[in-house]
Amino acid sequence: MSASPNLLERVGRATARGIAEIGFGASLLGESLFWLVLGRARRQPVRLPAIFDQAMEIGIRALPIVTVLAGTIGVMLAIQGIYSLRPFGAESRVTTGIALSVVREFAPLITGILVAGRSGSALAARLGTMHINQEVDALRVMGINPVRFLVVPALLAMLVMVPALTLWADFVALLGAGLYVSGELSMSLAVYAERCLESLKLNDLTHGLSKSAIFAMLITLVGVVNGASVSGGAEGVGRVTTRSVVHAISAIVVTDMIFVFAVTR
Amino acid sequence: MSPDRPNPIEVRDLVTHYGDRLILKGVSLDVREGEIMVIMGGSGSGKSTFLNHLLGLLRPTSGVVRLLGQDINAIGPLDLFDLRKKMGVAFQGGALFSSMSVGENIMLPLREHTNLDEKTMQIMARLKMEVVELAGFEHLMPAELSGGMIKRAALARAIVMDPRLLFCDEPSAGLDPVVSSSIDELILRLRDAMGMTIVVVTHELESAFKIADRICVLDKGEIIALGSVDEIRAHPSERVQNLLNRRTEDVTLDADAYLRRLTGEG
Repeated sequence: MSASPNLLERVGRATARGIAEIGFGASLLGESLFWLVLGRARRQPVRLPAIFDQAMEIGIRALPIVTVLAGTIGVMLAIQGIYSLRPFGAESRVTTGIALSVVREFAPLITGILVAGRSGSALAARLGTMHINQEVDALRVMGINPVRFLVVPALLAMLVMVPALTLWADFVALLGAGLYVSGELSMSLAVYAERCLESLKLNDLTHGLSKSAIFAMLITLVGVVNGASVSGGAEGVGRVTTRSVVHAISAIVVTDMIFVFAVTR
Repeated sequence: MSPDRPNPIEVRDLVTHYGDRLILKGVSLDVREGEIMVIMGGSGSGKSTFLNHLLGLLRPTSGVVRLLGQDINAIGPLDLFDLRKKMGVAFQGGALFSSMSVGENIMLPLREHTNLDEKTMQIMARLKMEVVELAGFEHLMPAELSGGMIKRAALARAIVMDPRLLFCDEPSAGLDPVVSSSIDELILRLRDAMGMTIVVVTHELESAFKIADRICVLDKGEIIALGSVDEIRAHPSERVQNLLNRRTEDVTLDADAYLRRLTGEG
């Protein structure tokens, strides 16, 4: 008697909460666009320095770690690629696999996951702390719209920096793979580069970059939704920070699959 | 009061809920031009909720809050935006932005709402810092300030636009007696020098008696007393006297209800 309605109720409540959060995220996106376009007319302009601050934090400071990880992924892909093609004696065809999987999949995915862990969580923690310290209330009573002041700069910076980082990761991962391939298969780096370019079409690059722009939006919205829904003091901030990383990464992976399903077949 | 100039703050029959719980049960209050109104009450009396409604941070179930003659829950966003430039709020914990220095915090309203050049804004911020006796601290970060300094900085930020209405949430809570009384004097000075209408929410009796022109005592979501300091001191109501003399209220015993609470069947 007691167990099943309880379970049903819990599932129902969790679903309703999830849908409410998605709705909140969507309205945030709409409101952000509103302030971006009409902010100046409403005397609430989105400030360029704030966007640069965020871009610095989200993009430039992530460069070292993106470089290291992208290079590592490139080498790893080269090793696996050569291994999987060896039974067919087709090792030299490895470039196609590397080029396509890096540009279409690995660079956007790794960059997205990295930025989610670095900046999505930071965003959630910052907004959560501001919420608890009444800083968000303070903004509102000062006549400063919190979405315009806090969310829009982060969203814009993400939308510019995540694709930019992805492009960089493309380059570094292909270079890493190239270095390994040229050593292993006695193929010169120039030939490797040429074959990579042969197998890549512009469509592959835009496929990867548009995914990374979607990831950028997801990371920001998940971070903001979680940060804004904080309750319960410092412990609550910790909870939403973790939650935002898990949600952002899940959203990225699932969206990636849906995007590929819709676009590639 | 002249009829053409309404009271700067008018609250009529404010009823509010938190979830299903009734918090304010029809509160009506007028604050006159240039007076310091202290809203007093114990924890859970609804005074913080009341303040949040005065600031337009929460939407009431019913009732009207008029600031400077405008119903804050009915006017458009642009009017509300203009209204908010005429009010300053010092939050309990200061609510200074931790990523900005004290000076940047104080300059933020100027930066967002005016087109003054940097130098002018700095001078205006320093002027207010002199007023709150924080001169020379503008380069410190909020984390480097003491409790009293944070409250002062919050006050400086609240008055930087020379607002007509100033709201202070527990301005002296959690401070030692000397610092707390200096904050009280600061509030009195602000009113005298700038002619602001000030609403202070506090549970500190001493500070309330020191600064108030009138006191409004909230208890369980109702105004149980409203009057000058002397009127409140001499108030006949037992609930008011209990609060003033820090007596706990006698709880009427209901054995059945007590039993139900214990067994969790209430």
